[in-house]
Amino acid sequence: MEYIIIVISAIFVNNIVLAQFLGICPFLGVSSKVETSAGMAGAVTFVMVIATIVTYLLQKYVLAAFGIAFMQTITFILVIASLVQLVEIILKKVSPAMYQALGIFLPLITTNCAVLGVAILAVQKDYNLMESVVFAISNAVGFGLALITFAGLREHMELVNIPKGMKGVPIALVVAGLLALAFMGFAGLV
Amino acid sequence: MSQWKNFSKGFFKENPVLVLLLGMCPTLGVTTSAINGLGMGLATTFVLVMSNLVVSMVKSQIPDKVRIPSFIVIIASFVTMVELLMQAYVPSLYDQLGLFIPLIVVNCIVLGRAEAFASKNNIVSSLIDGLGMGLGFSMALTILGGIRELLGSGSFFGFKFIQGDGMLVFVLAPGAFLALGYLIVLINKINKKTA
Amino acid sequence: MANKKESTFVSMVLTLFLVTFIASAALGYLYELTKGPIAASKLAKQTEAIKKVVPEFDNEPGEESYKVEVDGGTLEFFPAKKNGELIGTAISTFTNNGFGGTFKIMVGLLPDGTIHNISVLEHKETPGLGDKMQKNKSDWSVQFNGKNPANFQLKVTKDGGDVDAITASTISSRAFCDAVVRAYNAYMEGGQK
Repeated sequence: MEYIIIVISAIFVNNIVLAQFLGICPFLGVSSKVETSAGMAGAVTFVMVIATIVTYLLQKYVLAAFGIAFMQTITFILVIASLVQLVEIILKKVSPAMYQALGIFLPLITTNCAVLGVAILAVQKDYNLMESVVFAISNAVGFGLALITFAGLREHMELVNIPKGMKGVPIALVVAGLLALAFMGFAGLV
Repeated sequence: MSQWKNFSKGFFKENPVLVLLLGMCPTLGVTTSAINGLGMGLATTFVLVMSNLVVSMVKSQIPDKVRIPSFIVIIASFVTMVELLMQAYVPSLYDQLGLFIPLIVVNCIVLGRAEAFASKNNIVSSLIDGLGMGLGFSMALTILGGIRELLGSGSFFGFKFIQGDGMLVFVLAPGAFLALGYLIVLINKINKKTA
Repeated sequence: MANKKESTFVSMVLTLFLVTFIASAALGYLYELTKGPIAASKLAKQTEAIKKVVPEFDNEPGEESYKVEVDGGTLEFFPAKKNGELIGTAISTFTNNGFGGTFKIMVGLLPDGTIHNISVLEHKETPGLGDKMQKNKSDWSVQFNGKNPANFQLKVTKDGGDVDAITASTISSRAFCDAVVRAYNAYMEGGQK
């Protein structure tokens, strides 16, 4: 039951992009095509889940155990940065096809605040390892859902006649606002 | 480039939020009121100025290949310092900004300026660049926070002058996107006129 | 750049080590420096919240606090005493049924279980609707003061209880009652000390 609450809450009610404002940069940056959005979502899911597991273990067995919790930010960001590098190297060797698909998105993930945000949130919420993993996966799905939905809308928008001053980012933000409004309808589900 | 130009570019021409579209997460996330926007802006400014300063000081000592990791460590240290100081002396503001304080570390503006400016320029220029960019960022956040607070709850800097609730959508998530969208249109207009 | 250091293995490792070492040392120092003020401000905040919900006390409830396990989480009890005698207990309780998920409130109970006062600690309810449960937004939560759940049904009127729900925020009101009931039950089932 608790897992279901975590899943629904992370995907719909407190959607990481549209309600928590994490990962806005890739949300606005790479979401002009459905295909690239799906690639980005895949890469983020991959890194987010691994990063959350590693940071969870580090937090529990190193930072909290030695009473140096104030090193959290610095440790987590280093873990994520090196993880991204590692994933890139391994992927290149193991699955060149997947590397082709996700490769260009990987370097962008280091500065995706959604990854660091989820890692910190999982610690703050006092989740155990299993809950943290579920939390990370659900947030990644929520990220993907927002990204792909938004990309679909933007593809259509290219065909619409928009006032000149509103073209590009401004209209994208307005559309994102409407999408966020729609997601507010999920509030109260849990 | 004169130092004045170097300082003032952060406000309009190269405003990190409104023109370069960097650091959108805190911009949208914390600006439910003007004071939150200002607090977040100043915290980021501190990190920006200090990391620019240190990066430009040590730039010639750092081998090229470990440049980025070193910068990240430097930035993360200053972020942690801000975190600790805010927790100790302005705990209520720290609670309001919450998660977005540690997330300054992944704010693209900070690493962006360290990499693009401070690693190539001298100490004084880097310091001024950091200050200009930081204050430009603060300005954008304060304006956005002010607009949302004014429309959403009828107050400004916590000072209430309209009774009742206002248009609540502006303090909620969708209002953040809408307000920022229209603010960018406005800035584009202003920049076009002065250019 | 002419005077750029070469990227040899030794220089890279050395640089990273030095940078991290200096950073950790500086942070450790600052941490020691701010430890006191941080603890003090946290305690002040806690005491402030306790003061709001129980009658005047002269002990340090934060130092005598204890935890009670209930379904789905832990409640923290802060006994407030005057001249060594228990005059009330502040209970930090929660509910998972809010409109925006979990929220936390502090309930102050007198020794016989009567509600003295309630304040909201943190919440994600809708501004303008569910957030009316906060004292600075509306007087809604005042209706609980002085009521004893033994003869006061802690349910909204829609569900056959005695609590007037916030207009258009039945879910938030229900969740609020749920949190209060959780605190009351834990208190009555041996939460007193």
